[in-house]
Amino acid sequence: MRLVFAALAGGLFGAGLLVSGMTEPEKVRGWLDVFGAWDPTLGFVLTGAIIPMAIAWRIAARRSLSVSGQPFPEAPAPRIDRKLVLGSALFGLGWGLSGLCPGPSMATLGIGGLPFWAFFAAMAAAMMIYGYGRGRA
Amino acid sequence: MDPDWIAGLIGGLMIGLAAAMFLLLNGRIMGASGLLGGLIDGSGRANAPERAVFIAALIGVPALLSRAGIGGPALPVAGLGVMVLAGLLVGFGTRMANGCTSGHGVCGISRLSLRGIVATLIYLVTGGLAVLIARALGWAP
Repeated sequence: MRLVFAALAGGLFGAGLLVSGMTEPEKVRGWLDVFGAWDPTLGFVLTGAIIPMAIAWRIAARRSLSVSGQPFPEAPAPRIDRKLVLGSALFGLGWGLSGLCPGPSMATLGIGGLPFWAFFAAMAAAMMIYGYGRGRA
Repeated sequence: MDPDWIAGLIGGLMIGLAAAMFLLLNGRIMGASGLLGGLIDGSGRANAPERAVFIAALIGVPALLSRAGIGGPALPVAGLGVMVLAGLLVGFGTRMANGCTSGHGVCGISRLSLRGIVATLIYLVTGGLAVLIARALGWAP
């Protein structure tokens, strides 16, 4: 059942990214282009996404287990470390250059062409290299 | 599908509903970079099938819906070299920060996580900066 639920969530996530315009890099860049032709659409996307999730966290707080019996994830310690700051800064640079973040980079694989596969391959390679380095550290 | 902000709001609600389902049904955080990264570097071996199925649907469903005429076209805003550079930055950065727009942004902010809020503010600022840099260098309009 967990796999069926995962497929439903992944499919709905992808459909939402498509409908919202997150799979269109120029719209994402328009949102980040605060000093140019700023496009506020993505503010509505983020707001719309946070509302159901805020309700879900409240429901989860009153239950001990998820429907499939898995425990809910514990809240991470509210620690702002160098990795969070530097990692987020690097991520933002890549996001602004391409208009793609990890979710839409996967949702566009079946829509866009070679440039999207190039982005995805580079992203996956960097994730592998980072994971390898962490494993050795 | 216009005006854009209505589509944005509806799509956003769908994204949030997907995240809510993943949490309440499977007890999982819907973070795209973490789900993929754990599959790639082996740290998510314990629940690899769940990750793989999620990602397969995330790729497949928009591909099908797009062919049915839903949503706009996905057109690159940068050349191949810049796409590769951006992909490296996104892959490295999201693993180092342990989250991206979906994990820190949607799932973090909605539970008022300090880490999620700080991460989101930072990547929004550097994202805006990158748009300016790309324009100054003539990499993108």
